[in-house]
Amino acid sequence: MARTRRRDRVRTPPPPTRRIRNRELGLLVLAVLLVVLAYVSLGLATGDDIPEDLALYGVALTGLGLVAHLCVRRFAPAADPLLLPIAFLINGLGVVMVRSIDLSLQTARGTEVAFAPQQAVWTLVGVLVFCGLIVGLRDHRTLDGYRYLIGVGAIVLLLLPSLPIIGQEVNGARIWLNLGVFAFQPGELAKIGLAVFFASYLAQNRQLLQTATSRLGPLRVPPPRSFGPIAAVWAASLLVLINQRDLGLSLLLFAMFVLLLYVATERLAYLLGGSVLFVAGALFAYQTFDHFRQRVEIWQDPFADPSGAGFQIVQSLFAIADGGLFGVGWGGGRPDLIPFSRTDFIFSAFAEELGLVGVTAVLLLYFLLVGRIFAIAVRCRDEFGTLLAACLAIVFSLQVFVIVGGVTGLIPLSGMTLPFASYGGSALVSNYLLVALVLRISAAPQPARPVRPAEGVPT
Amino acid sequence: MTRALRRTAVAMFLLFGALFLNLNYVQVVQSDDLSEDPRNSRTLLREYEVARGLMLAGDDETVLAESEETDGQLRFQRRYPEAGDYAHLTGYVAVNYGLTELEQSFNDELAGRAQEAFGRNVADILAGRERTGDDLALTIDPTVQQAALDALDGRPGAAVAIDPRSGAILALASTPTFDPNRLADHDREAAAQAWEELNEDPDRPLINRAAREWWPPGSTFKLVTAAAGLEQGISPSATYDDPVRLELPQTTATIGNFGGGPCVDGDQITVTTAMEVSCNTTFAEMAMEVGDDALIEQAERFGFNAEPLEQLANPLASRFPTELNEPQTAQTGIGEFDVRATPLQMAQVAAAIGNGGVLMEPRVVEAVRDERGATLAQHPAQPFVPPGQDSSQAISSSTASALRAMMIDVVDEGTGTNAQIDGVDVAGKTGTAQARDDESAPTPWFAGFAPAVNPEVAVAVVFEDGGGAGAGATGGSVGAPAARTIMQAALAD
Repeated sequence: MARTRRRDRVRTPPPPTRRIRNRELGLLVLAVLLVVLAYVSLGLATGDDIPEDLALYGVALTGLGLVAHLCVRRFAPAADPLLLPIAFLINGLGVVMVRSIDLSLQTARGTEVAFAPQQAVWTLVGVLVFCGLIVGLRDHRTLDGYRYLIGVGAIVLLLLPSLPIIGQEVNGARIWLNLGVFAFQPGELAKIGLAVFFASYLAQNRQLLQTATSRLGPLRVPPPRSFGPIAAVWAASLLVLINQRDLGLSLLLFAMFVLLLYVATERLAYLLGGSVLFVAGALFAYQTFDHFRQRVEIWQDPFADPSGAGFQIVQSLFAIADGGLFGVGWGGGRPDLIPFSRTDFIFSAFAEELGLVGVTAVLLLYFLLVGRIFAIAVRCRDEFGTLLAACLAIVFSLQVFVIVGGVTGLIPLSGMTLPFASYGGSALVSNYLLVALVLRISAAPQPARPVRPAEGVPT
Repeated sequence: MTRALRRTAVAMFLLFGALFLNLNYVQVVQSDDLSEDPRNSRTLLREYEVARGLMLAGDDETVLAESEETDGQLRFQRRYPEAGDYAHLTGYVAVNYGLTELEQSFNDELAGRAQEAFGRNVADILAGRERTGDDLALTIDPTVQQAALDALDGRPGAAVAIDPRSGAILALASTPTFDPNRLADHDREAAAQAWEELNEDPDRPLINRAAREWWPPGSTFKLVTAAAGLEQGISPSATYDDPVRLELPQTTATIGNFGGGPCVDGDQITVTTAMEVSCNTTFAEMAMEVGDDALIEQAERFGFNAEPLEQLANPLASRFPTELNEPQTAQTGIGEFDVRATPLQMAQVAAAIGNGGVLMEPRVVEAVRDERGATLAQHPAQPFVPPGQDSSQAISSSTASALRAMMIDVVDEGTGTNAQIDGVDVAGKTGTAQARDDESAPTPWFAGFAPAVNPEVAVAVVFEDGGGAGAGATGGSVGAPAARTIMQAALAD
């Protein structure tokens, strides 16, 4: 049915860029208003007063939104109008939630806790990086030329935490980089680097990979020469991550790689083979790594050891259940009871305070964001852009799925940030970078074929 | 490429759908189960977010329970300024062990979420005011309570004092007592240690002996037997044989008297005298004469086999067996066999007799008031119709008068002389129930009221294991003096 309707549609010229940008501005204003409203509710619920720093944060937020908008307006006028407001909104709500967690910890411990101002500073950095990319990278295809540099760079980034002195182990995973002034998780950035490399390599070699000319036993496989570099980079990244015991990220990268291979070649064989390997890898990890097996066991029955191994997920479930349909309201929850509520478990804090209705809205924001990125991938004229956008959409969706599914008990938990919402500078800055990249792709000259509206992607 | 891309997009969207469905499951389907899970400290923490209301004694000054804000995770600490003196009345709010007594039965009111407070709470929410708990105004008279504690003197036992006219409980004491502050301590380890100590104490201080422990009422039950007889037309001056032992039908068992001899001269004895000297054979015979049905009926009219005090959490209903053969009827007539009474029940029997036969609803909570002093709920004096009965009139007023006269004699010149108060007529009945299997001394009782005419207070006192007086302990030697102390305090007020 949808197909028929599309055929009947009259070809309309793309709207002038100014109208697109005005729409973005309007949505940004809405996002700022929603965040301010959330902050006011938090203040009223916890201190019976409008927060004193509301004006400061309100002005700063408006200023940042305006700067980002003006950058896009000036340097990427045809870019998608939804991505920036959505990212900005989730980011803002995340900061308010981090503040809510601060306050509840403050009450519980009686000491000053202030992670939210920190996260506000990271927001500033994130927006600056966003603007930097929009201004500095006028055509995403420029990246295509640096594919090997970027690929190797990503591997190096992944390797850095394993080095002595600057590498740091936190909570059992060696994924931190201590740069003296601040700590950084290079994995977040490496993810984007790998996406660029995969997209670029596959864009160039997809024809080759589509044709299976060599034989491996009874199977027909693509020539090893065309397959080699990508497999090497991919294997290297997996080895590094397994070495650092960041299994969540390694499985995520694996899935991203397999899905992208499928998108590029349209060959189901890759998908099936990948799935087999995925299952084999998971089974191998289950056999080999105690902590991986433990995660699975906790997932099967979190209440088997509710105060020990299952503590995190049990507390998370209690919080989520407590939220019920409508939540307990901003500042009304007890995120101090949820371990890692600021980072990995921030979604549980959202679920408690905003309820099913609220987190459904948050999920819809992610859904919309991912949907837009897929639409941009479909619309993009060059294969590199399409594959890069697709890759970023896949990695973004999977990350949301893995962490939200993990904290809600749908799948075994693996530590990961909730994009734009979790506390943490590396992730936030990387996510802004990701959105900037996608915006840059969406701002590229439109294809000559009929414009496909966003509805073209099944939603 | 587009087709694969679309499929991939759909796959990703399905993942979002899975997240959404799972959230519905956790937040809607599982929500209640998880919220009620005892391991969920959230519910507990929320309970502690509210400053629970005060419990105020009848003088409106003595604070029995209050809440104090802390810096800890649990916001309000419950405190009992009078320590152990009212422990079995107030109960406690313990992190590990939950709520007991009034803290439990009036939890909604104390937490400020009773139905009556609904309108106020809505207004509070709209005005952005924090919810506060409501206060309980109790009927307890601190002077009487103190006298009861003094009289019990830490010996395992209990005393209850009631205003017969209104059913207001003036004192409810159970000893040995315990400090509820120790169990309410937010430091769980300290509370657990206190809990362990109290549970290991052989004197069982956590037991509420006044309302949740029972004993054979012994001779105090003769009041009920006599009531049944008088109601059937037996006169106080009616005479019975005065044997050394009463042979019981259908069995070789006999009933003897205290001291092993006849009650008076071995010939004949009047009911009044039998009451005065607490003659077992007379009342055993009277019990058989009125019959088991009449005795059961009379006991139940006094409130046996029915929950006595709705306001207290899980009160214990006293027991009168409902299927009796003749020898058993004789035994129950003197408060033995399977008859079991709480001190609260025996105080109610005395109060009804003093109140012209009318049973009043016993109550400890007079009113529920909010922080600003506005009354949310009243619990005024009202006649008590025990469940299954049709009237609060346990006995006719003439039967009540006759019993009163006998009880005055008991204190004047009978077994209860130790309960005499200068210048006041006291009515009472002693009881000395057989020692329990694990005890070496009998259970001394006293139930009575003062002044004998238009009484202001009715009491019942019981001690375990002879109340420290050894095998020779009697209701007259141990129970009566204790009752006297309590009645005196009530009258002086």
